[in-house]
Amino acid sequence: MSEIIKEAEAARDKQGQHGADVDLASFRRDAPAHGTNPDLTCLSDAEMEHLAGVGIVAAPRERAGSFILKDHSPVHCSMGQDGVELLSIKTALAQYGDLPEYWWKAVRPGTDKYTAQAALALDDGYFIRVRAGVKAALPVQACLFIGAEGLSQNIHNVVIAEAGSELHIITGCTTAPDLHRGLHVGVSEFYVQKGATVTSTMLHNWGDEIVVRPRTSVIVEEGATFMSNYVCLKSARSVQMDPLVRLVGPDAVTRLNTILVAAPGADFDIGGRVSLEAPGTRAEIISRTITTGGNIISRGLLTGHVPGVKAHLECSGLILADGGYIRAIPELDGRVAGVEMSHEAAVGRISQEEIEYLMARGLTENDASALIVRGFLNVKMEGLPRELADEIERIVEAFGKSVF
Amino acid sequence: MLLEISNLSVAVGDKEVLHGINLTIDQGETHVLFGKNGSGKTSLLMALMGFSNYRITGGQIRFKDRDITLMPINERARLGIGMSFQRPPTLRGVKTKDLIRTFGGRPEDREKEISGLNMATFMDRDVNLGFSGGEIKKSELLQLILQDPELILLDEPESGVDLENIKIIGRSIKKLLQKHLRRQRIKSGLIITHTGLILNYLEADMGHLLLDGHIRCEGNPREMFETIQTAGYEECARCQR
Repeated sequence: MSEIIKEAEAARDKQGQHGADVDLASFRRDAPAHGTNPDLTCLSDAEMEHLAGVGIVAAPRERAGSFILKDHSPVHCSMGQDGVELLSIKTALAQYGDLPEYWWKAVRPGTDKYTAQAALALDDGYFIRVRAGVKAALPVQACLFIGAEGLSQNIHNVVIAEAGSELHIITGCTTAPDLHRGLHVGVSEFYVQKGATVTSTMLHNWGDEIVVRPRTSVIVEEGATFMSNYVCLKSARSVQMDPLVRLVGPDAVTRLNTILVAAPGADFDIGGRVSLEAPGTRAEIISRTITTGGNIISRGLLTGHVPGVKAHLECSGLILADGGYIRAIPELDGRVAGVEMSHEAAVGRISQEEIEYLMARGLTENDASALIVRGFLNVKMEGLPRELADEIERIVEAFGKSVF
Repeated sequence: MLLEISNLSVAVGDKEVLHGINLTIDQGETHVLFGKNGSGKTSLLMALMGFSNYRITGGQIRFKDRDITLMPINERARLGIGMSFQRPPTLRGVKTKDLIRTFGGRPEDREKEISGLNMATFMDRDVNLGFSGGEIKKSELLQLILQDPELILLDEPESGVDLENIKIIGRSIKKLLQKHLRRQRIKSGLIITHTGLILNYLEADMGHLLLDGHIRCEGNPREMFETIQTAGYEECARCQR
């Protein structure tokens, strides 16, 4: 532990590689205390309704496990399937002797001031482990919720999918509807072991002045699959993240999907990096972004280290209003002969030809535009539970209607 | 008169592609448009539909006794003009069923038309994405059938279609144009054809030959097509009344 602290101390003031610098000291650290509650009544009806918008449901029977963290306190943690373990990270650290094989093994604590803060002032987080060969029939849901004005929340999550297991995690991150200012720092380390499959769906619905700095790394072993879906169609002040997926075992596969809308005042710097380190590994990064006046930097980096790897990167951006920008930065880094990597990037407005084609069928210009935008955001996300897919479709539908 | 085109000139960019076109179509009539590649046939249909790239520089279009020369595309569609496109755009992420749903009507009626054209498996596919030539024609036709316009503009409905599908398409167009009705027929059509194959499936009332943006000949469509086949477009233009 002392090495971790030492490394974090040294990085206390180290700015992140990307994204605006954040004054960590300007956020409160004194969170109100919340007691634990076995049946989710710790949250008000209004709060629960808000959580439904990020895929968190009140019915535990629809989930293999539920974890809710409010401000700095885990207020609910329940498990519903043998072989699927869900604990608060502080409990797991105490129970498993600091998790020496996994704790800060995928993410370095000295990466920047945000990882340092998570290491030095951990609030809590979740620990999920699916035992070898266990297939979680239902998703595990985790909600990270900020309810106190001006608070910073330092989270560290560890997810382990043992050999041959299957897991779907829904992480809903949101703030109380009337909350303005806050900081969410979230370190997540995923270990997807031989032949396992993990799908991680993250929905964000932040307040207008919330600053978000997730730091995620994923290690994918032989024949394993990691799928990530990131959806953020509501506003936030500043979100910067650039998760790294390392495909370390032969034939490991990953797909990272992002759909994102930046409203006026929002600053998103969202990327995805995949390091293809073993033969036969495959990766796909798909990003669809829209600005209605906010700023978006959409990054993607594929690094091919060995021959016989295949990867593709797609960044598409639609500019629906002036005042903001979309900057697509796709990067391919081939280190040896025999890698097969490609990218396509496009930024622009909705095609007039497409709008007029639909108008020729009788749709108004606005209805035609809304249909095209909904299509644009309609990225195929495999493995989503139906109600979550429906929820995402509803969010997309509402967005399509709201802008035209 | 259902459609009256008077002295219509159209430009694409800075170039005028149609020069003083006059053409009228009465209720229940089917007209055929012949012409070489680049003669302005598609431009005429696009201008009738109101596409912004086809700028009207002179003349007038009247439909159902209304001046529609400057009318927005969707209002023309609502008024009863529908078009099947030769190369429609791909709408990524927009499922064909979502587009089909915008036409309203009863779901069971939609289902009937979908299965009539063997299009059931296309409903979950993105509109026009990876469709073959024949599949595009069928998809366009399905949309037209559900849209149910009075004036039907068809841009080469038979191009790129195999012999089996051309039967389905030919029969559907015949039905769309109410060829089974005589006195009560209200549907009219303006069809671009290169191969003339469509004439094997339906009777057309009138043919027009477009050459370099001018109408050069009008008459019996079968006779015109035979002349074009045997002696070429220029010869057909020489026989002008």
